[in-house]
Amino acid sequence: MSPIIKRKGERFTLPSKYLLLILTILCTGMMLVTFGTDVFNRPLNTVVGYVIVPFQRGISKMGGWLSNRSEELVQIRTLLDENARLREEIAALTEENTLLQQDKYELNRMRELVALDEQYGAYNKVGARIIGRDSGNWYSSFIIDKGEEDGLAVDMNVIAGGGLVGRVTSVGPNWARVTSIISDNVNVSAMTLSTEDNLTVSGDLKLMVDNCITFRQLVDSQNKVVEGDKVVTSDISDKYLPNILIGYINTINRDNNNLTKSGLITPAVDFEHLSEVLVITDLKQTIVEE
Amino acid sequence: MLRKVVVTLLVLTCFILQCSVFIGLAFAGIIPNLMIILTSSFGFMRGEKEGLVIGFFCGLLSDIFFGGFLGFYALVLMYIGYLNGKFSRIFYPEDIKLPIALIITSDLSYGILCYCLMFLLRGRLHFSHYFTHVILPEALYTIVITIFLYPAVLWINNKLEAIEKRRAKKFV
Repeated sequence: MSPIIKRKGERFTLPSKYLLLILTILCTGMMLVTFGTDVFNRPLNTVVGYVIVPFQRGISKMGGWLSNRSEELVQIRTLLDENARLREEIAALTEENTLLQQDKYELNRMRELVALDEQYGAYNKVGARIIGRDSGNWYSSFIIDKGEEDGLAVDMNVIAGGGLVGRVTSVGPNWARVTSIISDNVNVSAMTLSTEDNLTVSGDLKLMVDNCITFRQLVDSQNKVVEGDKVVTSDISDKYLPNILIGYINTINRDNNNLTKSGLITPAVDFEHLSEVLVITDLKQTIVEE
Repeated sequence: MLRKVVVTLLVLTCFILQCSVFIGLAFAGIIPNLMIILTSSFGFMRGEKEGLVIGFFCGLLSDIFFGGFLGFYALVLMYIGYLNGKFSRIFYPEDIKLPIALIITSDLSYGILCYCLMFLLRGRLHFSHYFTHVILPEALYTIVITIFLYPAVLWINNKLEAIEKRRAKKFV
């Protein structure tokens, strides 16, 4: 007799292997559907937004308070030493400052010449606090406490401390997921600021511990790009706004094909100690295909 | 009913802890996998069905927040829960060796599966590096957490079973 046929007087229970089969089909279906569209994302994001995000917010607030207290105690001792050292430094810096003032006039004049806007002053930004990190060890993404209600949308760029952090990949009503550029599955189209050569920056799990990311496909036929050059997001990227600082070139290697170069970049953002980020609410303008 | 509420709360608590508190306790950037502990311990304590349902919801939660698309982690954890349920026939609450062995096997196979499906398919071939730097540390850290978390889960399960037995007696 088949196990799913209901016997008289017995409560109907579905055998586990059938349940496994049904849920497997459901999962596969969901994967296929969400691969292309985001039909399920909206209702699910809303539900978990109201169930989980308040707790995460509370815990992260408490955690922040605790780590601040413990840091304060540790710091008092070091602060005394640091104070003495800093006084000496002030003297040196005031001298340097006067020199830099002179440079600044020169820089302003140069900027006018290049007609380069002040870096990201023109974009509208929203500040957000990080309330949760990726629960796995494979990718690097985190959850922030602002969502659709604060005007966030998928693909908005996220910056912190003057550098690119990543972009928003999923939004709920009161939360959003940011996938950072050091995540293994992320590629960013970038260019070197000095020579405007295009390159592709990609995250790498192997280098995540060292706080490094890799770049590939740098066509630098004139060998002008050197270590320490600034790398910014390129104009041709369809997700990232142009001219956001990504980092500085750390090492350059010539590829085996002798045409392109690859190497390492040190990101401008310290991804280890990130607690607040800025979300740029302007989206990259794209041509809508009809 | 009571069981459903308690287990739901347990899953939510563990998930929230994993993506907030445990980030602060990470060793070399590696965090333990509480979802695996919950899924496999309910699997071998309660059988295939409960294991697979809990695995499904644990995975779905990770999918919604951190997955690229829905269903991947849900599928993986569901099968882990189901396979752990196969061992419920030889499980005795007094014995700690079987749970530890099952959880470490589950976490290792979860890591290897994740590597194969998410990294190997994208041409990241250095398995030995990922094994020694991600999969193995995660499994070891998970085992350390298991030593503390598993007795708590076992205690909750025993309490629930006692309450269920008492209720069943009342109806007889």
